[in-house]
Amino acid sequence: MGRTGERDARALTCIRCPRGCRLTVELGEAGEVAGVRGNACARGASYARAEVAHPVRSVTTTVPVDGSARLRRLPVRTEREVPRERVLDVVRALAGVRAAAPVEIGDVVAEDVAGTGVDVVATARA
Amino acid sequence: MRRCDVVVIGGGPAGLSAAAAARATGAGEVLVLERDERLGGILNQCVHGGFGLATLGEELTGPEYAARLEDAARAAGATLRTDATVLGVRPAGEGAAGGPCARPGRRPGAGELEVTLVSPARGLERVAAGAVVLAMGCRERPAGAIGIPGFRPAGVLTAGCAQRLVNCEGLLPGREVVVLGSGDIGLIMARRLTLEGAHVACVAELMPYSSGLKRNVVQCLEDFGIPLLLSHTVTRVLGRRRVEAVEISRVDASAHPVAGTGRIVACDTLLLSVGLLPENELSRAAGVELSPLTRGAVVDDSLMTSVPGVFACGNVLHVHDLADHASLEAARAGAAAAAWARGRATRARGGGVPVEPGRGVRYAVPQRVDPERMPDELVVRLRVDGVYERRSVVARADGREVARRRRDILVPGEMEQVTLRRDALLARGGIGRVTIGLEA
Repeated sequence: MGRTGERDARALTCIRCPRGCRLTVELGEAGEVAGVRGNACARGASYARAEVAHPVRSVTTTVPVDGSARLRRLPVRTEREVPRERVLDVVRALAGVRAAAPVEIGDVVAEDVAGTGVDVVATARA
Repeated sequence: MRRCDVVVIGGGPAGLSAAAAARATGAGEVLVLERDERLGGILNQCVHGGFGLATLGEELTGPEYAARLEDAARAAGATLRTDATVLGVRPAGEGAAGGPCARPGRRPGAGELEVTLVSPARGLERVAAGAVVLAMGCRERPAGAIGIPGFRPAGVLTAGCAQRLVNCEGLLPGREVVVLGSGDIGLIMARRLTLEGAHVACVAELMPYSSGLKRNVVQCLEDFGIPLLLSHTVTRVLGRRRVEAVEISRVDASAHPVAGTGRIVACDTLLLSVGLLPENELSRAAGVELSPLTRGAVVDDSLMTSVPGVFACGNVLHVHDLADHASLEAARAGAAAAAWARGRATRARGGGVPVEPGRGVRYAVPQRVDPERMPDELVVRLRVDGVYERRSVVARADGREVARRRRDILVPGEMEQVTLRRDALLARGGIGRVTIGLEA
């Protein structure tokens, strides 16, 4: 996430897929995105725009699950991305959460986690 | 004896994908044998995202991807068994096939295979198979394999072992962690342990480049301010009962520690992410020829090994970066196994011509190709032996260029591919060999 030699451009590595494109984001005078280079797809362009304005990340973790013959820990994820600086808050907010079997993939395990407006959902059956 | 068209050994992403494809290609009974109590293999402990982009066009976590593959294999009509450990594969009628444990029933026909397995529910069994797909995956290189000087206290474990403890058992292996090796599992566990409240002091990597994906360096290390020390290694483990610290030293261009550069880093846990090894005990016992370069089977363009009717795919064939790629490869193996079992496939003529790594390429899979019967387009996957910028992956048949793929950057940690076209290989009649190397 370093900067290139020019003041009005930023170098990024795209994390939207394993290809890991090296992106160059051209910034305008007010810091707005003037252009994105190096991306192989539209996902890369949207990643670059979000990353320079306000980085977001998906969070994956696990919570304990009761009453399941299959699992002791239930894997979960945020239903969509949350602001990057809230990632640790999301994990902390899940510290007291337990799930109870039966659980289907997509079942909501915690609503509006840490006040982000994003639900946390199960990613496995239990 | 029970008879299946295709028996798939291993119920991870490769095995499940192979089974679904075998059914879709016309195989009758397809049986998947998984030794764990759950299907999905390593995907069950990979709770992070990044799966399914190449195969399903959406980003899923490991357990979600496993569920999709399991559902697809079931929907295709494959029989999926867990808690079933395969003990051996061999041509039918060989050795002690009629021994004291044999059950009455149909004897496997000529050219068929026989799979011996054991399970708590049914004890020892034999199954006849028209074709077998090896999909046993890989294992982590353990501490004993890399020879770190110092004591052997508790707290030294592989990254994948820690991943299972944290994600499946709900146990935190330590609070102050050093990771040796920048393989993807090591990078992902650095983030995972940070989220679980541990402190990851650093990731030390022997090579001058990360062996994991670039995206994982960004989202697992940089996001959390975890230093990646390239050209560094652990030169000593301190602590008698439990790890108390490790010494980390810089290494020179030939990867030898530089005297006087060691510094002590206090920690209670050392995670190792130092490579994966295909798990080929069954293949070896079955007489399958293995490659010293990949440590997996030598296969032809149909992914068939040196033993007729035995196919290989996924991480047991060669270690992949992405489960999606293992799935795609496995679908080819499953389809080829189905065709073989139904008598619709032939062996490569003369075993095919060799596909050999050239300059800058460590290995290429498949290692043999028969231009006459190969598919119209054949994806050859390969790894390079160092970091290269602005090169082309070039395939040459007896020196004549037949495929070229331009790359801005090539690194050993990211698998490359080049597509061979049948018409290009056939254009000038018989060929002796295909070489794949890097060129300007």
